[in-house]
Amino acid sequence: MTHYLNIFFTALFVENLVLSFFLGMCTFLAISKQVQTAMGLGMAVVVIQAITVPINNLIFNHLLKPGALAWAGQPHLDLTFLGLLIYIGVIAAVVQILEMVLDRYLPALYTTLGIYLPLLTVNCAILGGTLFMVERDYSFGESMAYGLGAGGGFLLAVTVLAGIREKLEYADPPKGLRGLGLTFITAGLIALAFMGMAGISF
Amino acid sequence: MAETTTELIVRAILLRNPIALLVLGICSALAVTGSMSTALVMALSLTMVTACSSMIISLLRKKIPTTVRIGIQITVIATLVILVDQILKAFFYDLAKQLSIYVGLIITNCIVMGRAEGFAMSNPPLKSFADGIGNGLGYGAVLLTVAFFRELLGNGTLFGFEVLPLTSRGGWYESNGLMLLPVSAFFLIALIIWTLRTVYPAQQEKD
Repeated sequence: MTHYLNIFFTALFVENLVLSFFLGMCTFLAISKQVQTAMGLGMAVVVIQAITVPINNLIFNHLLKPGALAWAGQPHLDLTFLGLLIYIGVIAAVVQILEMVLDRYLPALYTTLGIYLPLLTVNCAILGGTLFMVERDYSFGESMAYGLGAGGGFLLAVTVLAGIREKLEYADPPKGLRGLGLTFITAGLIALAFMGMAGISF
Repeated sequence: MAETTTELIVRAILLRNPIALLVLGICSALAVTGSMSTALVMALSLTMVTACSSMIISLLRKKIPTTVRIGIQITVIATLVILVDQILKAFFYDLAKQLSIYVGLIITNCIVMGRAEGFAMSNPPLKSFADGIGNGLGYGAVLLTVAFFRELLGNGTLFGFEVLPLTSRGGWYESNGLMLLPVSAFFLIALIIWTLRTVYPAQQEKD
């Protein structure tokens, strides 16, 4: 149990996908103007990460890995090169299904998330989570903990940035720095703060 | 579209820089700027993928049904990225290891998708190819600028060659630890945006 908690918290704080690997930056910067939308999007990321990372883990371990197709009489087949294509397909499919399920059963949440949901297909944080899982060779259980932690990290980071940006609306920076420039500096400072947790192991 | 091919390329680098103006593609941009060589490989890979995918999608643009266009674009892009990934792993294994997952993440780089959707779907193949090259180079320019400062100030080297001898190796230059951290990329990009927007005030954001 401690092992899984460890993976979860490391992904959440120390190896935060946004702040230490710079994944999902586009969405991170574009959607962080208001806390409310930021949180909605963050929740969507958590759900999608928690589903796609374990699914891709199963696909990798049982279909793509060298020797994984031994049960089908192909012990030497190595399909890892197809990985990227398949992972992105799985992600697109899960996003699509989630969209339909939300539309049918939770219309309120569906309207809040609006167009951000389909856009998550091309969010690098989602694909990044899967790729890190493959690179680190996580087991199924580990990948579940990792997916949750990675998604939660995004939620945390985007909410914090949105909160700060709401306050920054009242600031008076140099003209060229207004908006994007200032957001970058803020994100940098948050990332520095997150690095303070680097030495912690759970 | 009265722009010539060269104009398309030059404008994409300076006036319509995908990173500084459109905030596209910074996702994977920041993490590979720790050294010049990784930044260069990343910039070249992205330029190739953007240019080729724009051209292929532009060739197919009249055949692609609008309802499934995103899926088709992603498939074309993913195939090209797999090619680049395999080539890097075969010939530049060390660099491929350093770039780790970021080559794969070119698929979800918004520059590639953005150019496919925004330009290639409505323009002829050669122009789309030029547009892809221009945007790739614009991305590369920002990437290399950031990498230049990070490697020079953080490690005292450029492309691995010593430029400023470090105190730890008997030289005079005290390395700047902040520059070694990925965080410094945020500050450097903020400064680049600030500079570009001071030179071209039209790019400044209104309240």
